[in-house]
Amino acid sequence: MELLFALVIGALTASGVYLLLRARTFPVVMGLTLLSYGVNLFLFATGRLATGQQPVIGTSASYSDPLPQALVLTAIVIGFAMTAFLVVLALRNLADNENDHVDGQHENTSPTSEEQEQEVTSK
Amino acid sequence: MSLPLVVLLPFLGAIAAPLFAQGGRTAIAIASSVPALIALAALFPHWSVLSAGGTVLHSYEWLPVLGLSFSFRLDGLALLFALLILIIGLLIILYAHYYLKAKENVAKFYSLLLCFKGSMLGIVLSGNLLLMLIFWELTSLTSFLLISFWTHKQDARRGARMALAVTGGGGLALLAGILLIGNIVGSFELDDVLAAGDQIKAHALYPVALTLILLGAFTKSAQFPFHFWLPHAMQAPTPISAYLHSATMVKAGIFLMARLYPALAGTEQWFYMVSFTGMATLLLGAYIAMFKHDLKGLLAYSTVSHLGLITLLLGMGTQLAAVAAIFHVINHATFKASLFMAAGIIDHETGTRDMRRINGLWRYMPHTATLAMVAASSMAGVPLLNGFLSKEMFFAESLQLNLPGLWAWLPPVVATLAGIFAVAYSARFIHDVFFNGKPVDLPKYPPHEPPRYMKIPVEILVFACIMVGVFPTVSVGPLLYSAASATLGGNVPDYQLAVIHGFNLPLLMSFMAFFGGLLMYSQRRRFFAFHARFREVDEKAVFEAVVSKVVSLANRFTGWVENGSLQRYAILLVLSVIAVTALPLAGNGFYIGENGLSPVDWPTAFAAGVLIIAALATVVWHRERFFALVLLSVVGLIVALAFARFSAPDLAMTQLSVEVVTIVLLMLALYYMPSWTPMESSGPQRFRDILIALVAGSGMTLITLTMLTQPFSTISEFFLENSKPGGGGTNVVNVILVDFRGFDTLGEITVLAIAALGIYSMLKNTALTPPPGDGLGHAWTRDHYPLMLRQIARPMLPLALMVSAYIFLRGHNLPGGGFIAGLITSVALILQYIASGMIWTQDRIPFRYHNVIGLGLLFATIAGAGSLAFGYPFLTSAFGYITWPVVGKFEVASAMVFDLGVYLAVIGATLLALVSIGRLSPHSAIKSQKEGV
Repeated sequence: MELLFALVIGALTASGVYLLLRARTFPVVMGLTLLSYGVNLFLFATGRLATGQQPVIGTSASYSDPLPQALVLTAIVIGFAMTAFLVVLALRNLADNENDHVDGQHENTSPTSEEQEQEVTSK
Repeated sequence: MSLPLVVLLPFLGAIAAPLFAQGGRTAIAIASSVPALIALAALFPHWSVLSAGGTVLHSYEWLPVLGLSFSFRLDGLALLFALLILIIGLLIILYAHYYLKAKENVAKFYSLLLCFKGSMLGIVLSGNLLLMLIFWELTSLTSFLLISFWTHKQDARRGARMALAVTGGGGLALLAGILLIGNIVGSFELDDVLAAGDQIKAHALYPVALTLILLGAFTKSAQFPFHFWLPHAMQAPTPISAYLHSATMVKAGIFLMARLYPALAGTEQWFYMVSFTGMATLLLGAYIAMFKHDLKGLLAYSTVSHLGLITLLLGMGTQLAAVAAIFHVINHATFKASLFMAAGIIDHETGTRDMRRINGLWRYMPHTATLAMVAASSMAGVPLLNGFLSKEMFFAESLQLNLPGLWAWLPPVVATLAGIFAVAYSARFIHDVFFNGKPVDLPKYPPHEPPRYMKIPVEILVFACIMVGVFPTVSVGPLLYSAASATLGGNVPDYQLAVIHGFNLPLLMSFMAFFGGLLMYSQRRRFFAFHARFREVDEKAVFEAVVSKVVSLANRFTGWVENGSLQRYAILLVLSVIAVTALPLAGNGFYIGENGLSPVDWPTAFAAGVLIIAALATVVWHRERFFALVLLSVVGLIVALAFARFSAPDLAMTQLSVEVVTIVLLMLALYYMPSWTPMESSGPQRFRDILIALVAGSGMTLITLTMLTQPFSTISEFFLENSKPGGGGTNVVNVILVDFRGFDTLGEITVLAIAALGIYSMLKNTALTPPPGDGLGHAWTRDHYPLMLRQIARPMLPLALMVSAYIFLRGHNLPGGGFIAGLITSVALILQYIASGMIWTQDRIPFRYHNVIGLGLLFATIAGAGSLAFGYPFLTSAFGYITWPVVGKFEVASAMVFDLGVYLAVIGATLLALVSIGRLSPHSAIKSQKEGV
């Protein structure tokens, strides 16, 4: 189980990091979202993996560690706030620079609809 | 109290002096003299303690944690320097009164001068090394301001900058050295450091600390190879050159070496570093001084040379040499300050300082000439003047060094050679300026004697030269003894301050220097011709070139690192995270810990497989943004399931509702954005990124695996035990959030609120026109608000609100609470926006989300502050039970008010963010208005 969990976190991190390094804002936002899934799961795992031991007094004989859970709960909500802020930053970048490159390049390098058509048909 | 007063008074005077500007120059000069007079009076009563070999310590706590105290310490050495600073300072004020022209900013001059005086007194009177360093840096700063006093001169500004760069850089080294010493000794108090000499010298870091401290001292006291700033500092007004750059500030490095003499000196490292630096400086300064045509340039290099002489004496390490060093400090200060003043008078009266033009001034100003000639003779080391006495001691000490073999010849030969040069440049100063024909083309002609009172400071100093020269024991004997005793830690050797010690080797060296110097001066044309064959290095040009080279290198480095590309930053960031994580882990390695692995069940393995595939698929199809978003939502949902699977129901519910809101948010954003990511990265770039991603991913896998298999202990027992009795709830996660760690949660909802307000303000005046259709060229559907969705969404709202109320109320005891309930309410409201449009929904919501956020924060804060009213700490929760008619026994906790605040803040923040984005397109708003939905 531990190996599986570790693999999940690894996959999330790898996917997140790769998308983080892309040149357009939207993939970067998605990458950060994936990365924060991974981080949240990792933080959660510091309390170890427990089955059927929810930390509600009186519901089971032993309880899983509630502290990382409380930490991750707020992390999820703050993570949402961060994602929202980032998305809005990306939108503002789009509005001001008329493209969605992360470096805010002014030359319009986004493909025209014709090129997109071509790419789609070539697929 | 009197010692801090001595240091602080000049600073107060610096503030007060400009206030007297109304009263004219004389009033300012008198006001500026007052602090020094009071300080002298305050120091006088301490003499009885000092002459008995004692010290006076006035100490006040300042920052005990850092070892920094406001402590002032007076001993013989400090007194000697304090007297030099105060008395010469007084003479300088009088001199400057006549030197400065009527139109100059006298108030600024005296104000800065007093600041400098206070800083310098601070250095010599500090009883704490850190405190001393503060004053040390202050002298660098005030010196910078004083050198550039004539701000309109480019040379003055450049000279000031150079001085600041060199002495400031040395100050940094000194700081590091002092910190090391403090670390070794365990205290920065001077008394402790001086007592710990053996401990310091035995420490492994002693050579490092010594080098750093000496760097500070050498830069300040213009020792080779840092001597070049001093001649360029001569762009300052002459009173400043006389005061800072010959008598006091440049002696700060000497003072430091003398001050720390018991703690640092007496080792081989000290001997070689200090004495050889001193020797090089002594010879180099004396040689260059000979060839300077500028009157102040000659004096500047002669100062460099004399500072080298004192350094060499301190470096020799013998007790008699240290006495000679301190004696020479006094003598040099008196004759050099008077020479600078004389040079200033000549400059003042002739309008130039070029010795090729100033000749034969004896006929025009015999009084000044006499004074200058006496002082210059003292500089040359003519008997019956003070310079002779210390130079004689120096010659004697140079013979005492036990260097191996032929090296033993080096110090006496260098000393005699420097003596020859000193006599030669002194002879030049006298003969070239006052005799040697007639003046050539002077800007002011004919020159005449300066105002009577301008000569008084020179007369006093020259008188001191003669008095010390003729009656050394009476005039400076006690002061020198007390200072030497403080420097040597009480072990003063027997020495005699006699005018003539009889005919011995040192006297012979003096004769050789005297006649050799005169011979050299008479043959000066040959030496000048010899010297002219070398190209003169312009230190200022070299310095400026080096500085601009460094700046351009720094710019290039900054441009390389900070090139404006977020992609570059992201890569650097990820790589550095990998580096700082990998380095400490590399040694321990990754391994499966003693807890081993637990068995896997098939449903979990299946879900994990789907998650991994979905995550990788998101990457593979990331350029088709809508599709990637759908894949991303799959990942998020399985993460929520994972929380549920591993005993975290609260997290599962939170993750689920956040997931919904996030995907809606991203969908909304995608409405405005291109729905297609162009292919921009080249093959190698993608390969590089994949490599980095794989390293990061596998690293995280290994870390997680290692962590999860380790034995484990937690502090959560406390929360589990106290949740019910202390917090009144059985859902420990919720009790932690609203009670145990309530302050954290308050901070977190505040961050949430700030993010939402940031989003609102960032989009307030922004308009974005969405593309006409999706990335594949399909137009958006014309049915903006589908009928079915509308019909289902509206009855959903009250149901969803009821569910969220239930989740909220049970949160303290069962999975749920303010965060989750708030998110559920948000989702329900967002559904209305999606189904029925912005205008329709907004019309039916009678409040602004800003107010909801504010109300939420208010509730949370009041719930916390309420406990203050009952005398409990912030956010202490109280709870009780009431029985409701239908529901039955029900628990009410003050933490619920806090949770209500969380609930409201989450709703407000989430909706404000989404509505701000939804409102972006005026296009859609107008359309929906037209349709009247």
